Amino acid sequence: MDLKLKIWRQPGPDAEGKFVHYPVHNISKDASFLEMMDILNEELVANGEEPVAFDHDCREGICGMCSLYINGHPHGPDDSITTCQLHMRKFKDGETVVIEPWRAKPFPIIKDLMVDRTAFDEIIQAGGYVSINTGGVPDANAIPIKKENADLAMDAAACIGCGACVAACKNASAMLFVSAKVSQFALLPQGKVEAKRRVENMVAKMDDLGFGNCTNTYACEAECPKDISVANIARMNREFFVAKIS
Amino acid sequence: MTKLDSKIPAGPLAEKWTNYKAHQNLVNPANKRKIDVIVVGTGLAGGAAAASLSELGFNVKVFCIQDSPRRAHSIAAQGGINAAKNYPNDGDSIYRLFYDTVKGGDYRAREANVYRLAEVSNNIIDQCVAQGVPFAREYGGLLDNRSFGGALVSRTFYARGQTGQQLLLGAYSALSKEINNGSVEMYTRREMMDVVKIDGKARGIIVRDLVTGKLERYGAHAVLLATGGYGNVFFLSTNAMTSNGSAAWKAYKRGAFFGDPSFVQIHPTCIPVHGDYQSKLTLMSESLRNDGRIWVPKKKEDAEAIQKGTLSPVNIPEEDRDYYLERRYPAFGNLVPRDVASRAAKERCDEGYGVGNTGLAVYLDFKDAINRLGKNVIEARYGNLFQMYEKIVDENPYQTPMMIYPAIHYTMGGIWVDYELQSTVPGLFVGGEANFSDHGANRLGASALMQGLSDGYFVLPYTMQNYLADQIGIPHFPTDTPEFNETEKDVQDTIDKLFAVKGNTSVDTFHKKLGLIMWDFVGMARNKEGLEKAIVEIQGLRKEFWQNVSVPGEQTGMNVELEKALRVADFLELGELMARDALNRNESCGGHFRDEYKTEEGEAMRDDSNFMFVSAWEYKGVDKEPVLHKEPLIYENIEVKQRNYKTA
Repeated sequence: MDLKLKIWRQPGPDAEGKFVHYPVHNISKDASFLEMMDILNEELVANGEEPVAFDHDCREGICGMCSLYINGHPHGPDDSITTCQLHMRKFKDGETVVIEPWRAKPFPIIKDLMVDRTAFDEIIQAGGYVSINTGGVPDANAIPIKKENADLAMDAAACIGCGACVAACKNASAMLFVSAKVSQFALLPQGKVEAKRRVENMVAKMDDLGFGNCTNTYACEAECPKDISVANIARMNREFFVAKIS
Repeated sequence: MTKLDSKIPAGPLAEKWTNYKAHQNLVNPANKRKIDVIVVGTGLAGGAAAASLSELGFNVKVFCIQDSPRRAHSIAAQGGINAAKNYPNDGDSIYRLFYDTVKGGDYRAREANVYRLAEVSNNIIDQCVAQGVPFAREYGGLLDNRSFGGALVSRTFYARGQTGQQLLLGAYSALSKEINNGSVEMYTRREMMDVVKIDGKARGIIVRDLVTGKLERYGAHAVLLATGGYGNVFFLSTNAMTSNGSAAWKAYKRGAFFGDPSFVQIHPTCIPVHGDYQSKLTLMSESLRNDGRIWVPKKKEDAEAIQKGTLSPVNIPEEDRDYYLERRYPAFGNLVPRDVASRAAKERCDEGYGVGNTGLAVYLDFKDAINRLGKNVIEARYGNLFQMYEKIVDENPYQTPMMIYPAIHYTMGGIWVDYELQSTVPGLFVGGEANFSDHGANRLGASALMQGLSDGYFVLPYTMQNYLADQIGIPHFPTDTPEFNETEKDVQDTIDKLFAVKGNTSVDTFHKKLGLIMWDFVGMARNKEGLEKAIVEIQGLRKEFWQNVSVPGEQTGMNVELEKALRVADFLELGELMARDALNRNESCGGHFRDEYKTEEGEAMRDDSNFMFVSAWEYKGVDKEPVLHKEPLIYENIEVKQRNYKTA
């Protein structure tokens, strides 16, 4: 298939960016979206031009490195997958495909389609853990956990930290990301001891970093490649409220 | 000449590690603050070691290639992690896990290391649960287990199909806690370019900031490499795109011996190659072989018709299907180990019975299982994998059989390390897949996660401390010394040389060519003639690379093509060493299969009298032949046998 690509190019963090048009030809419908980008980049290199910079790594939907805002959707038009799992058969021959980076103030652009998501790491550093050291812990089966809670904790823990929720949100809110981590620990006995300071510190950090507020549009859940539920946001709000009154 | 000393503690096998810890040197808490440690890589081994060393009180500098330490390729492991907990009461023990691992590795791993691995496996599960890793549980609230290949017990703990992700996020959370405490300095989007040695000891690294393109220097009392495997030397593998062998290769060139470079694991159940633009291969979990039956057509004309697209597999009657694993290995059937299943698939495809439009695929068919158990049961067990397959291949595996083919998955080989996980360069430690240590010639499923976390949480924090104990008199290492100047200059010269080529062939073109040579001659089946040919072809390709590679862009700022060029330049050397090692090992064992050394029935034939050793290669200079050192493997606690999968 042939496609007309419209790609955001920006040489560096402070440089001005613009859309550049690139036609690509004879793309197999069985190629993945990133393989299509590889083909474009090979052509650019062959012409002595700089390839388009984009983040990617595992290419099997788990590392959370790939991003791309494709035709108005984080991770493109298909549901429940990351960009690296998106295949060209989801596009029509001759279609124009608009490819942009995540756009959110706390995710500054590094180059072209690459953004800096260090803000997510900073939020986790503020409290997304159980404060124990290596060694000296009880036997694993000494902490029985209700299966239903373990399963819900796993649903929340499945977040890959890609940032699609922020990119999807008109307020650039990180509530889905933060609540997924808060929920994982809220559902487990191991996380209860420091529940108050965890939620307070993580939410404060999220606000400090300039992420917006949640206005319940649920765009985050709709675009999340791992189907993280907005029920986690409700759980975080409850944790936050309890922390504030305790 | 450096002598190989594996430093295995004396005493009975089960007491070695306890004895080691009881007698090792320690550093007092006040002195720990004066000691700097560098950790390169934030996968299970690196992330866990960095967090644990920081908890002990050392100053830790951590480097990762991705934008966040949470994205290392450990994250992609699906199935699970082994431990000898014996929670199911099915007869497991530390000894049994040790035994299965040595046997699975075809008797090419070091007894003492494997025993320690089995010993600390239980601590890993305790640690991860305490961190809040959401392992699968039973309704009674206790942990659930499942079975994996090469074992008669259920000892695999898992978190759905994302065990690697959850364990890595556990290590990442511990690391994040230490970053917050201020005792870890985290450097992301950095790639290690070289190791800096002062007076023969590893005292720092040169890294390249992938965003600015600047070279940076960092000094420390000790350096830990946890930089993963080198499977991407084959271009196509299940590894992540940035997974590379350069850190290990640079260590090798600075004097660390390379152990068993030819030991590579080829996983039998991956989605087949679909086009020459393909960038990576996707694994389908080993667990599918519990219910799927593997077959190809019995008649060559049927296979040819399928390849042309004129025949559908569902129209091939039962009597015309060859369930070749069940035919060749009646006792284990579709559940033979990875190396055996991979070779059998290749044999059928090489004979012309392969399917798919390339003829390089076999069927994994769930028809019988669906008829027996119902579609719902299969969907509950494997739904997410079936969905992933459908997204990639665009075929419904509930209706047409899945197509699979073997792919490069893991490297058992790596930097040679002693019992303390220290390389032949003092102060340079190596953990996880980057070292050669625990899996011998073949790794069992669910053992990579175990080894990474064992090294990281429970081995390196002890052994590195033992090394650091006599380094406390040395202050922080300044980086404006001649050693740092020279090493940085070497790196800069290589980068300049790459830009000076100004050729017209892309890096990926060379990488793909190298991958084809490796796959054809240093892949699933090897022979003397092919390996000799591979060495010549790799040397030729390397020469061509340095005459004709195109690296566009600038040195400053982000330059992905330069990053790839630097990695491929190293792969072009590493590939040759792999071929040399395979050529030298005149036997077949585990993942290393030489056509000349097989039984009449085509099975791998070891030569224990001549090859029961670890190959440790010493670098001797550019275009000079490396020197082979041998570490003999001594089995005092295990009877060495031929692996047999035909009868129980």
